[in-house]
Amino acid sequence: MTSTITVEHLWKVFGPKPERVVGTELASLPRAELRERTGCLAAVRDVSFAVEAGEVFVVMGLSGSGKSTLVRCLTRLIEPTSGEISIDGEAVRAMNARRLRDLRRHRVAMVFQHFGLLPHRSVLDNVGYGLEIQGIGRAERHRRAGEMLTLVGLDGHENQYPEQLSGGMQQRVGLARALAIDPALLLFDEPFSALDPLIRRDMQTEVRRLHAEVGKTLVFITHDLAEALTLGDRIAVLRDGELVQVGTPEDLVGAPADDYVADFVRDVPRSDVLTLRWIMRDPLAGETCEDQPLPATTVIRDAVPRILRAKLPVQVVEGDRVVGVVDADRLLPALISHHRQVPA
Amino acid sequence: MVAVAGETAPRRVTRRRVLWVLLVVAAVGAYLGFRTAGAADSDDAAAFRFFTGVRNWVDDNRDTSPLFLYGVNYLRLGVRLLVDAVQAGLYGLGFAGLVAAAGAVALVLAGWRTALVAVGGFLAFGFLGLWAESVDTLVLTVSAVLLAVLTGVPIGVLAARVNWVSATLRPVLDVMQIMPTFAYLAPMTLLFLIGEPAAVIATLIYAVPATIRITELGLREVSPTSVEAATALGSTGRQLLTKVRLPMARPTIVLAVNQTIMMALSMVVITALIDAPGLGQNIIRALERVNVGVAFDAGLAIVIMAVVLDRITTGAARRRPATRGRSRWVVAGGALVAVVVVALLPIGQDLPRLSFAGPVNDLTGWIELHWYDATEWIKNVVSAGLLDPLESVLTSTPWWLFVLLVAAFGTLVSGVRSAAVAALAAAGIAGLGLWQHAMQTLATVLVTIVLTMAVGIVLGVWSARHDWFAAGLRPVLDAAQTMPSFVYLLPAVALFGASRFTAIMAGFVYAFPPVVRLVDRGLRDVPATVVEAAVSAGSTPRQLLWKVQLPMARGGLLLAANQGIVLVLAMVVLGGLVGAGALGYDVVAGFSQREDFGQGLAAGFAIVLLGILLDRLTQGFHHAKGPR
Repeated sequence: MTSTITVEHLWKVFGPKPERVVGTELASLPRAELRERTGCLAAVRDVSFAVEAGEVFVVMGLSGSGKSTLVRCLTRLIEPTSGEISIDGEAVRAMNARRLRDLRRHRVAMVFQHFGLLPHRSVLDNVGYGLEIQGIGRAERHRRAGEMLTLVGLDGHENQYPEQLSGGMQQRVGLARALAIDPALLLFDEPFSALDPLIRRDMQTEVRRLHAEVGKTLVFITHDLAEALTLGDRIAVLRDGELVQVGTPEDLVGAPADDYVADFVRDVPRSDVLTLRWIMRDPLAGETCEDQPLPATTVIRDAVPRILRAKLPVQVVEGDRVVGVVDADRLLPALISHHRQVPA
Repeated sequence: MVAVAGETAPRRVTRRRVLWVLLVVAAVGAYLGFRTAGAADSDDAAAFRFFTGVRNWVDDNRDTSPLFLYGVNYLRLGVRLLVDAVQAGLYGLGFAGLVAAAGAVALVLAGWRTALVAVGGFLAFGFLGLWAESVDTLVLTVSAVLLAVLTGVPIGVLAARVNWVSATLRPVLDVMQIMPTFAYLAPMTLLFLIGEPAAVIATLIYAVPATIRITELGLREVSPTSVEAATALGSTGRQLLTKVRLPMARPTIVLAVNQTIMMALSMVVITALIDAPGLGQNIIRALERVNVGVAFDAGLAIVIMAVVLDRITTGAARRRPATRGRSRWVVAGGALVAVVVVALLPIGQDLPRLSFAGPVNDLTGWIELHWYDATEWIKNVVSAGLLDPLESVLTSTPWWLFVLLVAAFGTLVSGVRSAAVAALAAAGIAGLGLWQHAMQTLATVLVTIVLTMAVGIVLGVWSARHDWFAAGLRPVLDAAQTMPSFVYLLPAVALFGASRFTAIMAGFVYAFPPVVRLVDRGLRDVPATVVEAAVSAGSTPRQLLWKVQLPMARGGLLLAANQGIVLVLAMVVLGGLVGAGALGYDVVAGFSQREDFGQGLAAGFAIVLLGILLDRLTQGFHHAKGPR
């Protein structure tokens, strides 16, 4: 089972009388000026996006960009100031307390940066917490919690307490707890920021594997561009509460919407992210090409040996249709362009 | 706003300094111009007559007024029933049974080491020949703690969850906590007569602020991430409370119970003054005859009880939740069976008597004989050099000038609102007709706090800089903090006899442990990176202390002064029992002589007002951060 989210014109303003900001001329003020005039902080400003079923949707931004607030607005852990949110077509902001609780109990689960485990409960009881508050009996919830621990690779740690586990293992418990209620939608709030780099990479692999295995819709918050590029089907870049760009990793690196995004992605090796589509040129009239064409979705780096070894340009195809050609002249700038300009 | 403050800060500091100098000069000038002869307080002030009138009205209407018939009397009856039930329970176990029960409770809650301490401690009550008195004290303590926990924990939970409840409670709890124990005994007797119910209610009032405060703190400290995670999984409000907040706050709530017990024990002993039975009676009787040895036995029993109760509850707080489960129930069941068996055994309490009264009296006599010159010298130097001049300045200051000065200095130190409260309190003291006595008490308090801070800061700095010293000092401070305040009078009396100076010494001994702790904490809380930076810049240890650590620990030092003053006041007033005179004596006289009741009650109020005055004046200390 998968899930879709649509968010329209979402605002979250902190401070005294926040509702006066939205929809007035105050709304267009820059953050600092708004704070000076009203004492309010606009954490999320007029954000709209849609997440497809089964997609991994990454929200990326620096600290203070409003990304954690945004993800908390989705299940109203933070009450939005205005705007519409719907999950599977149901308006979240119209839900009463009981309906909202049902949503949180059965359909949406969240993984937190600082884990949020309960120190007085064993690992097994932490994972079973969501089932326990639904009123599921002890035997059944222990069975399911045990399965989840197996899924995240924590067999044998059932009776330990959170403080006895390392950070990475604690986050696996947090992940198992979220998976235990079998939600269609998983929200991750910077889940791996508190972990050291090697563990972080393991956990990213873990998330990709789980996504492939259980096929849920994932909304993933991060400040780490590399993480966003590895995990995201699509990435939304947030700055000062506003969406700057929403697109695939390719879109962001190949066609940044503004200087801010361009600055962000400057150090990304372009050849690792971009596909041939971004460097191909139109075929010249009567040009002879290599026999074997390359698909347009090939990442540049994977095509390097073929293109450099070829005597002739290589055709780029989408299905059977030829959409362009690449040769070494087109390839080389893409391979070196990510190097930072050294000031003279 | 921030930027503006930053720009004018240096100018403000100099302006402040000029203001201080001007104010001090004006104060000295005004004092020299207006000082009075300092006439003694009248025995028959309007306030005394008013309070006597109130007492007479209460005495006449106790059985007719609806307030008493349907309110106060039922409360009294209810508390009486509780005390009787607890008493029946504890006495019903018998000597052997109670010893076994203490051991069993300690075993289940805190482990077998603590159980040994508990058994040994309870046996000691028998050996000291103070069995019945100890049980009486325990009965009152247990009753008061039961009431405090049953009311305080729910209120604390409510205060943590509902902000306006917390905001409303805060000033009430503030006043309850700075009220010296002594002050509300008289009103209690007025409402509840003398005896156990009045004692339990006075103890409840004294102890419950700690229960409420610490419970609230515990709930507020629960990690917001855990609460958020549980909310995100769809917990209801009740589930959040019972499955997340309360379990996570459990260690702190047990700590709240621990503090409640310690405070209750301390107060129960003092309620001997309003005829509550128990160890306090022995101490008061002994102090009246200046028989330190007899008082020592009772004091020792109190300290043992304090240590046992403290160990059991801190042990319970430290226990890991992992030790729950079946094995614990087995232990509890086994312990219960053992207690029943032991209680049914025909073991009497015919133990060999073990009294320290003789040796202690010999020691006291020896000290009086050989140290007389030294103690007398200290006493005289402090009295003549500090206490007398200060007292004569304070008592010869006209009350209106004092009120004005409190308002002016208070505004500088703690802001307009605190200063206004302090000035009102000062005016109230004058209105009660006890100006001279209040000023005498104030002088004693000020001298004591100066001594306490001087010694406390030196020891605190030492303890922060030398770990071996801190390690040696810690058990002493621990022991000092679990001892009920009454006990502190004993060594002071032993050394200095019954005099004003005894109160100073008792106040000093009572208040300096927390001061040392706060100073030590304040210095150690200076971030290690800052210290490292200062050392790598080439600071000597002395420079490090004076230029980095002490300025940065300023908040901790001032907090220590504020806390110290409140403690010192409580103890100095208690010194009225051992010849300190002034307000404390008025209160004691109010209990014992019917015709002095009005003055005693007025003195009680004056003490409360003095407490509020001192606390508000130093209130600004709480918020002080960094150099001014």
